Amino acid sequence: MAGAITVHASDEAARRPKPITESGPVKWILIGIAFLFLGLVVLLPLASVFVEAFKKGADVYIDSITEPDALSALKLTLLVAVIAVPVNTVFGIAAAWAISKFRFRGKNILITLIDLPFAVSPVISGLIYVLLFGAQGFLGPWLDERGIQIIFAVPGIVLATVFVTVPFVARELIPLMQAQGVQEEEAAASLGAKGWQIFWRVTVPNIKWGLLYGVILCNARAMGEFGAVSVVSGHIRGETNTLPLHVEILYNEYQFSASFAVASLLVMLAVVTLVVKSIVEWKTGRQRPIG
Amino acid sequence: MMKKLTQVRSVVILLALALTLAACGQGGGNAGNNRETNQPAGESTPSNAAPEQEPKPPVELLNVSYDPTRELYVEFNEAFAKHWKAETGQDVTVKQSHGGSGKQGRAVIDGLKADVVTLALGYDIDAIVEPGLIEADWQSQFEHNSSPYTSTIVFLVRKGNPKGIKDWNDLIKDGVEVITPNPKTSGGARWNYLAAWGYALKRNGGDEAKAQQFVAELFKHVPVLDSGARGSTTTFVERGIGDVLLAWENEAFLSINELGPDKFEIVYPSLSILAEPPVAVVDKVVDERGTREAAEAYLQYLYTEEGQEIAAKNYYRPISETVAAKYAEQFKALELLSIDKDFGGWKEAQTKHFADGGIFDQIYAPGS
Amino acid sequence: MKGSKPRNRNVLPGFGLSLGFTLFYLSLIVLIPLVAVFFRTAELSWPEFWSTVTSARVLASYRVSFVTAFAAGLVNAVFGLIIAWVLVRYRFPGKKLVDSLVDLPFALPTAVAGIALTAIYAPNGWIGSLLEPLGVKIAYSPVGITIALIFIGLPFVVRTVQPVLQDLDQETEEAAVMLGAYRLRTFRKVILPELTPALVTGFALAFARGIGEYGSVVFISGNMPMKTEIAPLLIMTKLEQYDYAGATAIALVMLVVSFLMLLVINVLQWRMNRRAVAD
Repeated sequence: MAGAITVHASDEAARRPKPITESGPVKWILIGIAFLFLGLVVLLPLASVFVEAFKKGADVYIDSITEPDALSALKLTLLVAVIAVPVNTVFGIAAAWAISKFRFRGKNILITLIDLPFAVSPVISGLIYVLLFGAQGFLGPWLDERGIQIIFAVPGIVLATVFVTVPFVARELIPLMQAQGVQEEEAAASLGAKGWQIFWRVTVPNIKWGLLYGVILCNARAMGEFGAVSVVSGHIRGETNTLPLHVEILYNEYQFSASFAVASLLVMLAVVTLVVKSIVEWKTGRQRPIG
Repeated sequence: MMKKLTQVRSVVILLALALTLAACGQGGGNAGNNRETNQPAGESTPSNAAPEQEPKPPVELLNVSYDPTRELYVEFNEAFAKHWKAETGQDVTVKQSHGGSGKQGRAVIDGLKADVVTLALGYDIDAIVEPGLIEADWQSQFEHNSSPYTSTIVFLVRKGNPKGIKDWNDLIKDGVEVITPNPKTSGGARWNYLAAWGYALKRNGGDEAKAQQFVAELFKHVPVLDSGARGSTTTFVERGIGDVLLAWENEAFLSINELGPDKFEIVYPSLSILAEPPVAVVDKVVDERGTREAAEAYLQYLYTEEGQEIAAKNYYRPISETVAAKYAEQFKALELLSIDKDFGGWKEAQTKHFADGGIFDQIYAPGS
Repeated sequence: MKGSKPRNRNVLPGFGLSLGFTLFYLSLIVLIPLVAVFFRTAELSWPEFWSTVTSARVLASYRVSFVTAFAAGLVNAVFGLIIAWVLVRYRFPGKKLVDSLVDLPFALPTAVAGIALTAIYAPNGWIGSLLEPLGVKIAYSPVGITIALIFIGLPFVVRTVQPVLQDLDQETEEAAVMLGAYRLRTFRKVILPELTPALVTGFALAFARGIGEYGSVVFISGNMPMKTEIAPLLIMTKLEQYDYAGATAIALVMLVVSFLMLLVINVLQWRMNRRAVAD
């Protein structure tokens, strides 16, 4: 299992011995394909977002991302992510632990259920909470009597976001932990380590890159979710609009530049998380002795 | 290793803290709202309106509206707040929510606490009447069928009108592409559709089969069916698709002024439809929140000289004759059908044309 | 060595806690709310339900949704693997940039993605205008929908394959080389089998996500009934008419189909895992 411990940082992997890598041309062709594909599918749309955002100049750009409605949308988006991401991280780790370290009946159904929020149309993910908590819904009248507002308020937006991002961390960890198997944990257990000790000292170091990816993806999606949140938000300006909804509002007001400026803000939030990831990678990569 | 461990632990603790806080926040809101008062924003207005003499606490209204009224209500809310302050000394903030008319109606039904709704169709307000949120006689609460401003459907064409589009029958000429949103998802598109239907019916001496043929042909000329009015405008204006956009008159004016006076022009067909976007107070909500007085004054203010002026400035046809006279140049007089007289009201039009399996669906039924 | 089966009588602790929490959380967040869909649909009688979910337009929309999502999933599986491979195995200038680019489709709100892609691939857009003279139409056609879904689904494949590829045992590969296997053969016989579970998962996730996608697709699809109208749009259409039961009926069908497909893929993958271990 040496590989699992050493070959994490990608730069490590890049320095592979000659015989197990491809010849130069093949390598560069593959890199070329990767660049071309990403360019066409991802880079171009992103570039167009920034081009549109700055079309009317930097002043318009700055105005549109510092305007009160944009700021309140930013605040709400961050609040939602701060609640949804940790909750789903804890869930993801628990689920991956249960699924990858133990055998039990119905495991496939459980995995499928975890995947389900991916497959559920965002329209439906919002709708289910309306059916449940809406004034005409199953719990709506009861909540209304007690003056609790769930949908068209922050709790509903959080719930919809949590629903949409349920699978991210779990899905990232399950294949990884399955591939790693249980020997290391079992060895630790046989040496007398207790539950949490095994988890923190053996499992966490092994899964941390997958975990980090999962958290970053979960976070990005939580901040960018549009469809489900749109159904439960109520679109009250300055109150229940998240950044993606604010983008839509501006777009619908024909303020294209402002709209793309706010969209680029979301891109930059994602970039920040990626930079944090790189820093963490770099730091821990240096701290940890190799081999 | 130990250092890292503590780091991770503190993250976990923070997380737990965040969760507890979130839970507390919710619980707190709950405890504070034990009475009948039930607001979206924690703004607290006693349910029994305070006596007139005392200076009243600030009040907040939520106006749930449809897409094209954004600019109108930004201006109007400001004017109303000034007026209300001068009249009663009370501060009023009006919050806005915009979206497709049907979607907004549904949100109110599902519990969005709107004090007033200002939607595209009476049909959507009737839908809110059903669960008992609005009294059934809402249409007689304000003048002019509770429609303080009107609009109509016009054609927006590219500058110089290269395809020579003058009337509805030009839309089905070969090579003409028409942009309209989907009548099933957009309130505005229903007005488009009905105007076309009314035109064909009149031209063919009331022959419904011919009218159906006409609208079917018309929709064969539609290359893109956006889900909302603003989506269609973008398709036409930004993507450069289509030769003519069927649009609200106010939207057509707005797109010309916002997006390119040198690129588009408006064509008035020989016959169109009188679109009456209605307004209503959501009785259940205002009684719960004690905001009835302000809400009613708010809608009433739409009928004043100033309200009408603001509507006209935002390209809605005013109903006040003095204001209408002032803006006569902007709004061309044309023959208009009425939803109540010519189509038997929204309920009937909806069932006949737009419900599942209705005439519109038949246009797209396979083999037609 | 790797992927060894968990034992039945496990010495590891935490089974009850982790499984209990998983089930509790899933029920609360996912299952109970989804049950609401069943209850709402139950308001329809069986014939009503059947005619709603099998009307010609609804059937056509399923086809559009499934075909485009499947195509997008396949494209992503191939190119996602190449991207993950390049990111893990090679060093080249701009690598960090490529690595960050992959996640961005998650961060961009789907509506923005839809608008941006439409702007690029519309007949007057950067790429659309190049293809227009060739008679190739991307925006407002099923190809456009597929492109939107490729954008949405790409990170799923890359980010599922990448960690597994990073963890791949170098020794096995070395052993294969020592035994004289060519590179391509090593890839096919040694690396690919190890990657397959992750790759299939990535594909399945991208596919499943694509079926339900709404925000980005409505902009680029043109929404023409029978041709480019997707199933989620029909749900919206029903809702717009205050027809909750009809909307949840279509939602229910999509839900059940997605669940079954994911289940099949998960079971297949589990089988493959087992076979790999047995080898």
